[in-house]
Amino acid sequence: MKKLFPLAVLATLIIAIQLITGWTDTRFYLTQLTMSAYYALLIIGLCVVMGYAGQLSLGHAGFFAIGGYVSAALTTRNLEGLKDTVLIRLFDGLGLLVAGQDIYGDSLLVVTPWAACLAAVLCAGVIAWVLGIPVLKLKGHYLAMATLGFGIIIYRIVLASEVFGEADGISDVPSFPLLPGLSVSGDFGAREENYYIAWGLLIIGLVLLRNLVDSRVGRALRSIHGSEEAAEATGVDTARFKLQVFVISAVYAAVAGVFLTHYNGGIGPSEAGVMKSVRYVAIVAVGGMAHLWGAMVMGIVLNFLSLRGVFGSYDDAVFGFILIAIMLFAPNGILSWNWRGYGAMLLRRGRRRESLREKTDGLA
Amino acid sequence: MALLEISRLHKKFGGLHAVNDVSFGVAQGSIKAVIGPNGAGKTTLFNLIAGSLAATSGRVRFNGEDIQGQKPHQIAACGIGRTFQNIKLFHDMTALENVMVGRHLRSRAGFVASMLHMPWTLKEEKQIREKSLELLELLEIDAYADVEATSLAFGQQRAVEFARALALEPTLLLLDEPAAGLNMQETAEVSKLIARIRDLGITVLLVEHDMSLVMEISDEIVVLSFGQKLAEDVPSAIQNNTEVIKVYLGE
Repeated sequence: MKKLFPLAVLATLIIAIQLITGWTDTRFYLTQLTMSAYYALLIIGLCVVMGYAGQLSLGHAGFFAIGGYVSAALTTRNLEGLKDTVLIRLFDGLGLLVAGQDIYGDSLLVVTPWAACLAAVLCAGVIAWVLGIPVLKLKGHYLAMATLGFGIIIYRIVLASEVFGEADGISDVPSFPLLPGLSVSGDFGAREENYYIAWGLLIIGLVLLRNLVDSRVGRALRSIHGSEEAAEATGVDTARFKLQVFVISAVYAAVAGVFLTHYNGGIGPSEAGVMKSVRYVAIVAVGGMAHLWGAMVMGIVLNFLSLRGVFGSYDDAVFGFILIAIMLFAPNGILSWNWRGYGAMLLRRGRRRESLREKTDGLA
Repeated sequence: MALLEISRLHKKFGGLHAVNDVSFGVAQGSIKAVIGPNGAGKTTLFNLIAGSLAATSGRVRFNGEDIQGQKPHQIAACGIGRTFQNIKLFHDMTALENVMVGRHLRSRAGFVASMLHMPWTLKEEKQIREKSLELLELLEIDAYADVEATSLAFGQQRAVEFARALALEPTLLLLDEPAAGLNMQETAEVSKLIARIRDLGITVLLVEHDMSLVMEISDEIVVLSFGQKLAEDVPSAIQNNTEVIKVYLGE
């Protein structure tokens, strides 16, 4: 029951916000809240690998981009020219392809969204696995640099490949029918349902990760953070656990990438940029590192503000500033900051000044 | 046959022979101590047994199985627990949680089962908690179960580390200077505790500087000097060994 309470509050809040935006005719907010929920999904995945297991990744925008781009490319790139190859025929036979027409009326053969989504997530998972085996042997800032290198590679690949649309990215990505009558798309008519799809996915993701950190595996991950040597001596296969949690967080990022790309109807190279990875790390830090709820709340709030354009052209600068300020003033995250203690200190200071003034007044 | 058999173990760091051709055995159910002046290679020897370091040559057999070259977590799974000279507790975790990590090898919930909170994992979790609390009670630190482990007093931290090592139900326990940094009273308590651990059927191998502790509880003592084994005997014989006295007191 104790565990269900925060979820119930969250669910109530989600419904209340939707109703309020409906009444006040401000439904446009739902669009940014939907997008924020997808970014928050990536952020809670990063929170587990970074905050709990202590493995800093500066390449998570790369996994997000792999998810988004692979799904976008598969659902938009025409396979008509390869129609007679064995592989394409096999895919067609398995019902993985869908025929249609492009905007010029030519016939178009693409992969179905479900197959594309699974392929994209699988792809990100496999890449995380292959990358993780050598890279997770590194510690501290060496690991950060290696994952940063990975992020840069993905960024340059999407920027340079024709299949990924180079600097333009991929547009006209079709909607993703999850269930009959329920699809991920950016249509104005589907705003409410997409808001609930995004938040539903985020809550499922949050519950799974909360269960994870609150278990034998979660303790093992935190022990790796505490002392890798002692964790090994206690019987924790640190290499395996680090790799598994890294892959899980990459899958979270890829799922977020797939959904957001189908929601937006496209994806551009900025989603793969290093600044995005830095932003995600900053948000996990603001949330309190080993703090799933904090990461989620901050992921929603900061992404929402950013998407609303509150930070203007200084967007990335704001996140850089947040990172510095958090490290200096609240290294355990903004939620764990001793607000009361700080208030009491201000109050004491004020009183001291007053009493001092009284004394000096008496002297005068 | 001895429970732990070390034969012709050798570890070179560059040109330095940190452990040089050392052989000895540890009998089941006994307490054996490794002593020697600073730099004699005691901790290196420990790290070789526990798998934190790979030997240059030689063999370590445990229960008849060759464990040299295995990873530390595999060696732990064989039934060898250890503590560290400079206590290594998991920060940001309570004393109880630290000990619960020690139950890792005695439980099996993986990623998928944990994420789905399968009913059997909840039962397992309860068992882990109960067993860990029992160990904290055994070491008389159950009052601090929910206190962050690294904020405890030094002696209590050492006790938490003991409990964590015992939680994996080892057949052999490696103790790296269990009395380092403790006062006389605390040392006496550790000495009683080690005897109690032996009575539980756990074989103990320890490295220690505190001679009173070593002489009191050990069944046998190995003396190392400059990486080589100088002597191996019962405490009373070691006390009267002229070679050993020379190494410790100078000529």
